[in-house]
Parts: sequence; structure tokens; C-alpha cells
Amino acid sequence: MDTMYTMPLQQQIFALIVSVMVFIVVVDMVRRRKLREEYSVLWLVTSVVMFVLVFRYEWLVALTTAIGAGLPTTTLFLFSIIFLMLLSVQFCIKISKLTDQVKNLSQENALMKLSIENLVRQTPVRHNAQAESAGPVALEENPKQRP
Amino acid sequence: MSKILIIIPAYNEGTRIAEVVHRVRELNPDFDIVVVNDGSRDDTAQNARTAGAEVISHPFNMGYGVTIQTGYKYALAEGYDFLVQIDGDGQHDPAFIPRLLAPVLAGETDFALGSRFLEEASYEPSLARRVGMIFFRWLVSTLIGERITDSTSGYQAFNRKVIGFFTTEVFPCDYPDADMLLTLHRAEFRIREVPVRMHASATGKSMHTGWKPLYYMFKMVLSIFVTLLREKDVSR
Repeated sequence: MDTMYTMPLQQQIFALIVSVMVFIVVVDMVRRRKLREEYSVLWLVTSVVMFVLVFRYEWLVALTTAIGAGLPTTTLFLFSIIFLMLLSVQFCIKISKLTDQVKNLSQENALMKLSIENLVRQTPVRHNAQAESAGPVALEENPKQRP
Repeated sequence: MSKILIIIPAYNEGTRIAEVVHRVRELNPDFDIVVVNDGSRDDTAQNARTAGAEVISHPFNMGYGVTIQTGYKYALAEGYDFLVQIDGDGQHDPAFIPRLLAPVLAGETDFALGSRFLEEASYEPSLARRVGMIFFRWLVSTLIGERITDSTSGYQAFNRKVIGFFTTEVFPCDYPDADMLLTLHRAEFRIREVPVRMHASATGKSMHTGWKPLYYMFKMVLSIFVTLLREKDVSR
């Protein structure tokens, strides 16, 4: 085999260790529910790709030729940057969704608080029980209703 | 008789909100008033309540667009037929509420937009703001095919169909103005401008300070662009 298509042994060992470690850590985090499955996908795919490239180095060389890069290391750096960018985009999408959910929750919270305040105001006899279920916020907002 | 709600979005307007509520109430005694307090750090909520308004308080500050949408959600839930929106800083003259509402009540339009440029006595905004306003005025008028002179106006009146429409995710909560008009137009709502008087804000406080005008321009152009790319909303 041409030397161009082989990877030095140290590189192979290092890449294998890194890819296996990433895979194990990510799977373990999912197992311990520290990482949700949806966020583990990109990491797992990357570690698998690294693992495959150790044994199929010629694929990396072919890819390097295909994208016109000089060295296989350039290809690796390029794809690691693309990977990080994809990860950021994934986070931005999630943050946008979360912002929307927080907005809807806060609006609902504000409207419910007003309903509770009005209920407490309208039913003076039963206000003790209702104020208790409404929580301390309603009491603070309605000092007149305090027993 | 139709149920009409006046919503007043307010953020740290403790010094002026009572006066605004009193004046709105004095001129429009038959309408309900709700102040949407956007997580103010001062006594806005307390003062508005004392002045006789219902108060909806956000748990924290979320911005103008979210604040008015909370008001729309309240109006929809409480079954109001018409809604008037007026700023809490005293910029909008409440004497113009009946004039703004008239075409909506008469069924001549779905959405009435108060324009300071159709009324001679209104204040003149700064040059930079005027340039931005002229650009968006041209853009919106071209896209809607109708003359719009004050696309950034927050002085509005509309009917229940629009209230329902604005409570959905189509409402642009981040600076809703030019893109909101375009969304309305594409959903085939009728829009009409009505002359109103606006004063300069007493403190000169504006949503558009620092880097915000640049972000605003960027956001609005992008928002208008993607609105045009979207399918027409036929959910109404």
C-alpha cells in the first residue's frame, strides 16, 4: 500500500482512543440522563466517522482530493469546524424554541395570576383557602386580602 | 353592545401611568382598561391598579411585542369584540381613540393604524428616525399596495378577527410593526390609517437607542423578506 494511504501508528492509536472515549462518554451521559438523545446524535456520528477513518484512511485522502485540500489534516480541521458550526446552529434553533416557550409560559402565568387575584377579590368568604392555593405571590399582590 | 378593551403596555412608567389611565378613562368611560406591565422595576403596577385599571404583570421584562400580545391573549380569553392599543408613556393622545375606533366599529376596516403624519400638530421625530421611517413607509406601502405613512405606530384599533390572529405564532413579537402590517395584509385583513396626534415622549425614552436602530433595520428587512417567502396564512 502507498504510504500516502496509511496513517502513522501513533496517529491511529490516538484517533482510536479519542473516538472510543467520545463515544463511551456520550453514551454514558445519555444513560445517566445528563444529555438528551437529540443532542447526542452529532457527537456520536462524529466519533463513529473518526473511528471509520482510522481504518479507511484512503477515504480521508479521497475526500481531501475531492474538496481540493492539500493535506488530510486540513480536511480534518475543516470538518471539525463544520461540526462545531452545525452544533451552534442546533443550539440556536433550540434556544429560539425555548424563548418562544418561555414567552408563552410567562404570558399564561401573568394571565392566570390576574384571574386568581380577581377570584380572591370576588370571594371574600372563601379567600383564605383560595389564597393558600394561589401561593405567596397572590398574597403579596393583595395585601388587603390578608387575614 | 360591543365589548371594547383598551390595552396599555407599560414598562417602568410609574410616574406617568396613573395620568394616562385617568385620561383614557375620562375620555372613554364605557371601555375596559388593562395595563400590561412588562416586569417593571418601579411602582407601575401599583399605580395603574390604584388608577382603576386591571393590571397584568409579566414575571420579568420580555419586550414590547410580547407585552402587547399578552394583552391580545387577555382580550381573546375575555371575549372582547374590539381592542384599542395605546402606549403607556403618554405619547399617544387618548382623545383620538373614538376616531381610531370608528372605521373598525363601522366594519369598514379590520385594522386601524394611528398615523402621526396625517395629523399636522404631531411632533417631528429626529432626522435618523425620519430616514428609517421613510424607508419602511416606502417599503410597506409598495408591498401592501396601499399608502402607509406611519408603519411604526403603536396606536392601533382592531376587531376580534385580528385579535385572534395576533394571538397565534404568526405575530412577530420582536418589534412588531412593518412586518406585522405585511402579515396582516397577506392574511387578507383590511388595513386603514387614521390621523392621530402624538406627542414627543416626556423623557425622550425610546425603544430605539444605542445599537438598537441598526438591529431594528436588519431584523425588519429580514422579517419582511421571510414573510414574503412564507405561504399565505389562511388559518383565520
